Amino acid sequence: MDQPLYQFLIIPAVKIVAILAVLLLVVAYLTFFERKVLAYLQVRLGPNRVGPKGWLQPIADAFKLLVKEDLIPSKAERFVFLLAPCLIIVPALLVWSVIPFTGETTVFGLLSEPIPAYLTDINIGILFVLGVSSVGVFGIILGGWASNSKFSLMGGLRSAAQMVSYEVPMGFAVVSVLLMAGSLSLVRIVEVQREAHMWFFLPGILALGIYFICGVAETNRNPFDLPEAESELVAGFHTEYSGMKFALFFLAEYANMLVIGSLVAVLFFGGWLRPFPNVEFLAFLDVIPPFFWFASKVGVVIFIYMWFRGTFPRYRFDQLMAVGWKWLLPLSLANVAVIALGILVKNHLLKG
Amino acid sequence: MEFLTAHFVEIMFYTLAALTVASAVGVVAFRNPVHSAISLLASFLFVAALFVMRHAEFLAAVQVLVYAGGIMVLFLFVIMLVNVKRLDPEQVFLSGKAPAAVAAGVLLGALIAFGYLAGSLGPVGPGPEALRMVDGAVAGNTEAVGWLLYRQYLVPFEVVSVVLLVAMIGAIIFGRRDAGLEEGGGRMEQ
Repeated sequence: MDQPLYQFLIIPAVKIVAILAVLLLVVAYLTFFERKVLAYLQVRLGPNRVGPKGWLQPIADAFKLLVKEDLIPSKAERFVFLLAPCLIIVPALLVWSVIPFTGETTVFGLLSEPIPAYLTDINIGILFVLGVSSVGVFGIILGGWASNSKFSLMGGLRSAAQMVSYEVPMGFAVVSVLLMAGSLSLVRIVEVQREAHMWFFLPGILALGIYFICGVAETNRNPFDLPEAESELVAGFHTEYSGMKFALFFLAEYANMLVIGSLVAVLFFGGWLRPFPNVEFLAFLDVIPPFFWFASKVGVVIFIYMWFRGTFPRYRFDQLMAVGWKWLLPLSLANVAVIALGILVKNHLLKG
Repeated sequence: MEFLTAHFVEIMFYTLAALTVASAVGVVAFRNPVHSAISLLASFLFVAALFVMRHAEFLAAVQVLVYAGGIMVLFLFVIMLVNVKRLDPEQVFLSGKAPAAVAAGVLLGALIAFGYLAGSLGPVGPGPEALRMVDGAVAGNTEAVGWLLYRQYLVPFEVVSVVLLVAMIGAIIFGRRDAGLEEGGGRMEQ
């Protein structure tokens, strides 16, 4: 087989299939996990009928959604109605092309030379993630509009205002990490944290808080789930969607939660690095594959997401806007200034 | 197949350029404002792809982040909020603005002709490498844009930000006009 074909076609294709398969499986079981976590938070049992202890519930759910009747409301804007689920799912899956799961791997010695486990490492990695996921909001707005329903339209409008507002402080939180890392590449950001002997959540604790709050808002999760708001808007922007198209909205929401979790791990908690990656006497931890560290960091973030949903009441819309613009934005700006000053002082102290 | 690999860049460029122009035409040709907005979104994304073709990855990312992710969302927000109706056929496209359209067309044609003539004499402006050069060394597009903006063009860059600030303050004043002036002293009622 000639080399370029192998390198540029076969390996990426295998990686894409592997990433998508794992991602979809994880998303399916996240729905199960979420129902269980919520159930235990509310002192009930949760799904426990399908399969042993309910473990086959996600499979049954997926099958139900596949065979369910797929309705298009007669007064809906047909083309946009069909376009909206695509617009939300494509960005949600596309960002996974740059998320670094682990560094180089030989897949437990199966390969002779180590290959990078992530699909690609581009030098604008974090900007790519922010840009692509900002396109996902069109799925929500257009889906809400095309349904020709007042509830859906309200959900879409709320989502537009919310996403635009929270993208700004989120960007500034990312900027403060970029100042420390000096690179936009996600792989490089992790490596800088190894070289600096410090994960970025220590100097960037405020940025971490802002980033996570904005991440919850960007994924429309409680307490920022106003676009859905089932007690006011039926189901918000996806009220009129059924069957597989509804499943795509659902899938995108969980995939986006995982993206936020992955970025929290990569930007603030050293990605796939083990705790204290430079301490010699902890070297025995290296037998655990780096992917485990990455996955457990993401898992903790996802659990906090579910914990939020189980315990917090929803914000009112004016409160939501006030938090975003009057608190998070000035705070994130001040944070960037302080961190920039800190880096300036540190560099001068080192030089002089 | 050989032709495809040899002219891959040209084929990609002309395909993307044609798609950009087609979706830009769609913006003015569609009757439904939301369809126009979707067409504009597509146009922005194709322009981002053209930036990537020229190795300006940073500009491509900013194009998607700012235009597609920010400005288009606000466009759609306003369109839905004021609920613009479908336009009548005679209101669409060249509705009574033919002279302006002709003038704009002639100017655009002149621009293209000038570009073509100047291009046939020799390369115009710095080549694509300039998008990656920092201080005479090859670096990424992000660094190159940063150096240009914050060194060579620092003053224009800051002036533009003042212009934006003026626009923003103007919008706020227009927005608050009813609330403040009648109650004396321009103070807002709490």
